[in-house]
Amino acid sequence: MGGKMQNKKLAVFLLMWLPVAVLGQGASVKRLANGVPDIQGVWQVMNTANWNLEDHIAEQGAVESLGAIGAVLPGSSVVTGKTIPYLPESLAQREANFAGRRLEDPEAKCFMPGIPRATYLPQPFQIFQTDSDIFMAYQFAGAVRNIYMSDHMEAPIDSWMGWSNGHWEGDSLVVEVAGLNPNWLDRAGNFYTSTAKITERFTPLGANHMQYEATIDDPEVFARAWTISMPLYRHVEDNARLFEFKCPEFAEEIMYNHLKRENYLRDAGFPVDGDSDE
Amino acid sequence: MNKCMQVSFWLAGVGALSLSALVVAQDDTWEMPRTSWGAPLLQGYWTNSTFVPLERPEALGTQQFYSLEEMAENIRVKIEENYDENLTGTAADVHYQFDDYGMNRTEDNITQNLRTSIIYDPPNGRYPALTDQAKANLQAYTEFRRDHQWDSAKTRSLSERCLIWDQEGPPIMPLGYNSTHRFMQTENYVILLHEMIHDARIIPLDGGDPAENSLPQWLGNSRGHWEGDTLVVETTGYSGRTNTPGLRGVPMSSQAHVVERFTRVDDSTIEYDFTVTDPTVWEEPWSGTYPFNSIEGPMFEYACHEGNYGIVNILSGVRLEELEALKAARQ
Repeated sequence: MGGKMQNKKLAVFLLMWLPVAVLGQGASVKRLANGVPDIQGVWQVMNTANWNLEDHIAEQGAVESLGAIGAVLPGSSVVTGKTIPYLPESLAQREANFAGRRLEDPEAKCFMPGIPRATYLPQPFQIFQTDSDIFMAYQFAGAVRNIYMSDHMEAPIDSWMGWSNGHWEGDSLVVEVAGLNPNWLDRAGNFYTSTAKITERFTPLGANHMQYEATIDDPEVFARAWTISMPLYRHVEDNARLFEFKCPEFAEEIMYNHLKRENYLRDAGFPVDGDSDE
Repeated sequence: MNKCMQVSFWLAGVGALSLSALVVAQDDTWEMPRTSWGAPLLQGYWTNSTFVPLERPEALGTQQFYSLEEMAENIRVKIEENYDENLTGTAADVHYQFDDYGMNRTEDNITQNLRTSIIYDPPNGRYPALTDQAKANLQAYTEFRRDHQWDSAKTRSLSERCLIWDQEGPPIMPLGYNSTHRFMQTENYVILLHEMIHDARIIPLDGGDPAENSLPQWLGNSRGHWEGDTLVVETTGYSGRTNTPGLRGVPMSSQAHVVERFTRVDDSTIEYDFTVTDPTVWEEPWSGTYPFNSIEGPMFEYACHEGNYGIVNILSGVRLEELEALKAARQ
């Protein structure tokens, strides 16, 4: 009995530390005064997950007029097991999303990206560890989220960046996110609904690398929970910082174009004088 | 709560707060709360909601403070105005029901002080004179608004387009509602997160020149340092598009230099002081001050652009009017 208990404890201990031990072998992890890893800094992925979480080859993007600049960049799936376990009816929704992506992708509209997409957008984000909480600021759309390290509570209200409760498991920062508005996961139309629960793990691999994992559980859309995994890279340049990317003005043309005076009146059969835009 | 009760409730609050502020100022036993590394603690949730106007009513001249009695009367009038706006069917009720949106000011924690205006320098409590260039810009802006403000989304105001709220500054200014701010601290940064419209101003505390590694930014580029127990933040590098708080059509120019000072003076108060220098806009610098009062968190996400039905409805309404006029003319 005692032996079994010992074994169980050992197993739990190993399970807790195994990922860290394997991933962080021989690496030096910076620590705060209270002993937890210091993961502060400016971070970014170096992958194409934002184009498509699953395997994707290079192809023409949604806007041909951009030439090669608008083309899809190729990359391997970041999904454990390669494909996302959609329920059949949800797969049809993803296809509809893909077809309408030029106008409907929340990234194109400059909507806050939600979790986990905020992490693997092709723009940096910055982590701050205060005495009480962890704060993440994302360059894209100036999105932010607070990770409550104490005073955990259920999301009091739904929001674009969700409600994040965090704790440390060994050297991994584990964050449970819920209360998210429905959102897309990438430019390919992968998506979740407001019933999604996301469990993230940030595990330092050394001073300048972290492994990021996110498990997405949304029974409305998926047959089972599934996980993505990718490394994060620290911006090591001396002047690393976030700049503003206030993108609503870049989305106005696709969102409100039909309400411009000349467009609206022309569409209604009253072309404005001098309107040659046909 | 009826009107009389509301007014007396608030007046009681004014008296209590003003008196307690005086008492606390003389409390020698108060000790500065500090972070784990010893910096003065500014972290927390704060409001700068206030009835004190940015500019002083001209009739008050150089009178910086109201007496308690004058302030009580002043606030009574404000509350009555607010109250009338909340009465369905009254002439003042041309807005929506404020109570439904938490926008009734009497539902807020309103900071109290006896100042007649936020601006204290120039001594008349009003903006200094605009430069000729700024006057010309303001005139051009006014004319553009008159002729083109309904043309498209791009000709609407920055706040209506959810790009930036004028009151985010710097300098930070009070708003009519949602005047909540979350301040956060690490050893190397202070972060000022404004509820409206979820912008985080990330201020490095390395004492460097704000112009170093800067590009023009809507919120400018801020660098901070501690002078004793006061956080001093200097900001330059504005984009030239952000409005001067309280004065649309006069953007903070690329020459603007703002110095802000945050001093925690008791458990519930940070004194905020700022000076704006912008030789292309103002003939002389101007300074202001007001308190931030602590409030309970949390602060919720203010998603402006994602739910911006306002801009769609405004433009749709104008287009429909124009279309109706054209149809009528054709008949």
